Amino acid sequence: MTTEGGSETEVKEKAEESATQPDQSEKATEDSKEGVDAAGEEKEKEKEKVKEGKEGKGISRYLPTWLKKQKSQSQTSPTKEAPPTEEAVDTVTQEEQGSAPEVNGHAEEVEEKEAEKSEQVKEKEAESHSNASADTEPAKEEKVEESAEKSPEETKEATEGEDTEEQKKEQEGTANGEEEVGGGEGGEGQGNTSIFQSPLRLVRKSKMKLVVCHVNLLDGSDFSCEVEKRAKGQFLFFKVCEHLNLLEKDYFGLTYTDNHEQKCWLDPTKEIKRQIRSNNWQFAFNVKFYPPDPSLLTEDITRYLLCLQLREDVATGRLPCSFVTHALLGSYTLQAEFGDYEPDQPRPLDYISQRTFAPNQNKEMEEKILELHKSHRGMTPAQADTQFLENAKKLSMYGVDLHHAKDSEGVDIMLGVCANGLLVYKDRLRINRFAWPKILKISYKRNNFYIKIRPGETEQFESTVGFKLQNHRSAKRLWKVCVENHSFFRLNAPEPPTKARFLTLGSKFRYSGRTQAQSRVASSLIDRPAPNFERTSSKRISRSLDGAPVISITEAGTAENGRDPHLELHSDSKSPMRVHGDNIYVRHSNLMLEDHDKTQEEVLKHQASISQLKRSFMEAPPPSPPQPNQWEKRLTSSPATTIRIQPQQVASEPVTDAAAADNSAPDTKEPPKTTEVEIEETVVVQEVSKAPKPGLVTVTITSPSDYEIREHEPKSEEEAVVAEEAKAMTQESISSESESEEEAEYHPNVSVSFSNTQIPEEKEEEEEEQEKKEEGRSTPDTAPLPTEVIEPVEATSQEAEKEDVEKREKNTEEEEEKETETSTDDPMMTPEEAPNGHALPEESVTVTVSPVVEAEIEEEEPKMNGESSLVEAEARPQVICCSEPPVVKTEMVTISDTFAAQKTEIATKEVPIVHTETKTITYEAAQVDGNGDGEPGVLMTAQTITSESLCTTTTTHITKTLKGGLSETRIEKRIVITGDCDIDHDQALAQAIKEAKEQHPDMSVTRVVVHKETELAEEED
Amino acid sequence: MAGLMAGFGHYTHAIVRGIPASLVNEALRTSPTEVEVDLSKARREHEAYVEVLGTRLGLEVVELPADEALPDCVFVEDAAVVCGDTALITRTGAESRRREAEVMRGALKDLNLNIVEMTDENATLDGGDVLFTGREFFVGLSKRTNQRGAEILADAFKDYAVSTVPVLEGLHLKSFCSMGGPGLIVIGSSEPAQKALKIMQQMSDHRYDKLTVPDDLAANCIYMNLPNKGHVLLHCTSEEFPESAKVFEKLKDHLLIPVSNMEKVKVDGALTCCSVLINKKADI
Repeated sequence: MTTEGGSETEVKEKAEESATQPDQSEKATEDSKEGVDAAGEEKEKEKEKVKEGKEGKGISRYLPTWLKKQKSQSQTSPTKEAPPTEEAVDTVTQEEQGSAPEVNGHAEEVEEKEAEKSEQVKEKEAESHSNASADTEPAKEEKVEESAEKSPEETKEATEGEDTEEQKKEQEGTANGEEEVGGGEGGEGQGNTSIFQSPLRLVRKSKMKLVVCHVNLLDGSDFSCEVEKRAKGQFLFFKVCEHLNLLEKDYFGLTYTDNHEQKCWLDPTKEIKRQIRSNNWQFAFNVKFYPPDPSLLTEDITRYLLCLQLREDVATGRLPCSFVTHALLGSYTLQAEFGDYEPDQPRPLDYISQRTFAPNQNKEMEEKILELHKSHRGMTPAQADTQFLENAKKLSMYGVDLHHAKDSEGVDIMLGVCANGLLVYKDRLRINRFAWPKILKISYKRNNFYIKIRPGETEQFESTVGFKLQNHRSAKRLWKVCVENHSFFRLNAPEPPTKARFLTLGSKFRYSGRTQAQSRVASSLIDRPAPNFERTSSKRISRSLDGAPVISITEAGTAENGRDPHLELHSDSKSPMRVHGDNIYVRHSNLMLEDHDKTQEEVLKHQASISQLKRSFMEAPPPSPPQPNQWEKRLTSSPATTIRIQPQQVASEPVTDAAAADNSAPDTKEPPKTTEVEIEETVVVQEVSKAPKPGLVTVTITSPSDYEIREHEPKSEEEAVVAEEAKAMTQESISSESESEEEAEYHPNVSVSFSNTQIPEEKEEEEEEQEKKEEGRSTPDTAPLPTEVIEPVEATSQEAEKEDVEKREKNTEEEEEKETETSTDDPMMTPEEAPNGHALPEESVTVTVSPVVEAEIEEEEPKMNGESSLVEAEARPQVICCSEPPVVKTEMVTISDTFAAQKTEIATKEVPIVHTETKTITYEAAQVDGNGDGEPGVLMTAQTITSESLCTTTTTHITKTLKGGLSETRIEKRIVITGDCDIDHDQALAQAIKEAKEQHPDMSVTRVVVHKETELAEEED
Repeated sequence: MAGLMAGFGHYTHAIVRGIPASLVNEALRTSPTEVEVDLSKARREHEAYVEVLGTRLGLEVVELPADEALPDCVFVEDAAVVCGDTALITRTGAESRRREAEVMRGALKDLNLNIVEMTDENATLDGGDVLFTGREFFVGLSKRTNQRGAEILADAFKDYAVSTVPVLEGLHLKSFCSMGGPGLIVIGSSEPAQKALKIMQQMSDHRYDKLTVPDDLAANCIYMNLPNKGHVLLHCTSEEFPESAKVFEKLKDHLLIPVSNMEKVKVDGALTCCSVLINKKADI
């Protein structure tokens, strides 16, 4: 793909881009960037695959021959790795990439280059796509989108001319908010000029196309629209909201049914295609977060949609209620849809009985409904809806999302996730309840779901409660729901970004939207006349849309009335709302209050007045809609970054002590609640962060002679298949990877350990994991083969990162256990804990696999003593107290020379790691001494370079240790590269090593640790 | 507005039942006491109780005849749980009391309530274990009430959350607590009582204030919210529980009516036990 011609194009494209960006609003720019990133990610991924396949080559140059051997072994062992064909195709590319690092002295630069490359590739792809594609439509649409970024108006024009009517509509609707949403698409669409097409591309292009999505709306109608095949969930969601004229969309979401007949929420930040895992582009628009107080919603239309959802919930029995309540709710429904009871109406019961109000509806109930309906005379539809909601919200199961589970004793229970926390039901009885403030951590492993409970007044220790779910998918789904609900209802804003370093670890999934608090602020700024919408009633009478859950009615037009396209505000979670200036109206949030009064006149009056007023300050940027700051951007763009859901966890990191303190800190965000009971919310830590990252490559070079190489590359069989298709198929390959990763979940060990390391809380889990490891091993299948080669060198290097140490230890242990089992398992291990790949944020949509390459290079001057007393303090590590026991060991991980002898033995599969662990212990002792004597490590430099798609952070620690009269200087460099796109880790590593050598010619590189974390795109769900 | 959970404490009717002479010797007791019940005194107390409900508070009182075969029949609360216009006829934990339901069922039917039967033979439930707070139910799992009984109750009152609370000591959940107003739980000060309160608070999505009284038994009182009278509270007398009575007297917003219960308490009868309160003019 990277031919010279290609590079030319690239340049062009870039120029265009750069030109374009200035014109756009800030937001637009961001978006476009994101879009680019997303596109880049895909490419990167492709590359990554290739690279992975070739892995040995990149590094091999810098490694001794024996090492190479091992490497190759490791490579081959995983059958699923990239097929030979791929290699052949990509060879050229690979080489190019490889060369790049050499030129640059700096690893970071390399990364950037990579990013650029990815862009190039992407663009090329796009070009080829457009050229090759037989049908112009897709290409045009993309184009349009692109132009949209530049100026919305242009977009529209273009669209109109070329697209089908439906497309037009969509585009218009989307034009405003589109950029954000359609990042991936926009990116793809970027070059039209393409000259170059590789055969592969052609293949791919033929595959790229628009797909028709069918969305079941709440009124039972079906909305269909075409989306680009790679569109993210967000894109479709916004189209639907557009169609519905819905502004307060944060409470809603799209669901799809997965292969296991489970309803899943479509992740807005990820590609649809990778989530649905089938060709069934069928979705449903649903309420995702039930507002505890619907009267606080700003718009009637929002309430109306909520009503529709609740009517369905009630009719299907999902929201249980008594006979009387059924009747009451039904009567409000009638009032809202039909208006006042008409005594003259012939046989009123007929039309009532055609609708479903309750699962066990009968004549008696219908009569009661009618009777109550009569009493609502004079009530406006909005008032009736409000009354409906006022009653529905009091139902005990309102907004409770139930999940089947078993308790520790195997008893069937239900876990209910709601705005306030987690409820435990046995049959219909509530047997326990964990309010969010009481929950310190939420995690899942395999099919186990855990919550860590804050100790009560009288208790000293936090306790962990575990539940068994049907399978790990269920556990993960529950976990995600918890994470989202907690974030939405409990936080004022999504968790703040974590430190760069930590970004490399942990799961990426977190709630990507606005919180309820933010949503409320945003909706308070809604300035538009109350939109007219038609309640489905009169039209649908005979159709019984209301109660009938599944019934799809052909008629769509529900919400469209009265809507002026120009008036629409697009508020995306990430973008400030935009209001088109011409139509500014005073906000009418008070309107709802009026509605409560029963006088229709007042309401009307009020509306009228509203429509006449304009709000002068409306232009002011809405306060709360989160604008992506640097970190967020990064997060969005790079899946890897997302790792930590909760900031607290971040804080906790490797340094355990800090953890406790940190936890409390984050809590501050949450409004303190005082209750007589012990329910104070000090620290609510949600546990999110398990790192699912499947592929970790750890190369530790303790001394020139010592190498610890672990490759965890998740490759799935599918990948292999895809590989043949080559780059054209990028996307698919990605998905396949993700799948494999999911499988990886079964093997919690390695990945877990990695992720855990940084998070103290998780350490406990680690232990658990270890226990479970055995189980995990049983499922080696998909797991990538991690090869660990550890060659001990004379100098013992302490790992600066405790995490690493722990990881290794674990790995070692695990591997020992596994022995026969290839290291493959390791990479996958984390699965349950890791929220895999849900990378939330982002725009990184495509990035199922986000590779994080962490290169830790420690340069040590050879010491006489085997014990290097170096205290490598990472910036934070200096506080080494672990509140949690498992963490304690942290820093000790060093590979000692003793093992050097063993090196030879080190077969790829048999993990030398075991030895490592042992060593570690030894060194620990040494370390202790060192700590006492030596000065604490000095943080020399820390810099973070962020490119569009990559973030590179380099941290240098210099530690001088005096031991026994010998002084040892140890320099540790930690380079963390995170990006949406695939990173050529070989290249990065090579570059890093090279750079280190150049900078410190008189020192030796004792250890290199590379963690490569790949994000799973989609969960199995 | 009309609707769900409106008007906690609104009552229009009360069902009570006479005291059979068999109460003295045959009524169930949690602890074998030598203390003998003075039948005539008990009947006087009961008459006073009924009079408060009917005459003083203006409820329509349905008086059911005592049945000598049912020594505990005066404690009508255990035989039925009424909420809104639904009445659950219970299957009492003490088998000897099951027949109490028959007359109760008839009375409730006469009031046009929707009757729900507890037919499951594995289920037991005493109304004394059911605490309705206005927003949800707490069901004490006691010697008399089991999980299955609670489930059936939950099924009967689907609108409400039903949480279970283990009752480790005492006969019933309401032997040491009751509602003293909307969102106000009156609770005894014993350790089991306080523990139960904690559990209830943890299980609830709603916040409750608590009023702690020194004596567990005194925590059983009757709250009503009546037209023209506002908050009404029937509570123990200062003779019986002087310290606790003082606590009640601090409730300034309530119409406080001390009701003597010296005799019935000997056979575990508390204030709430002796009546089933019904709101017949349901808003809807």
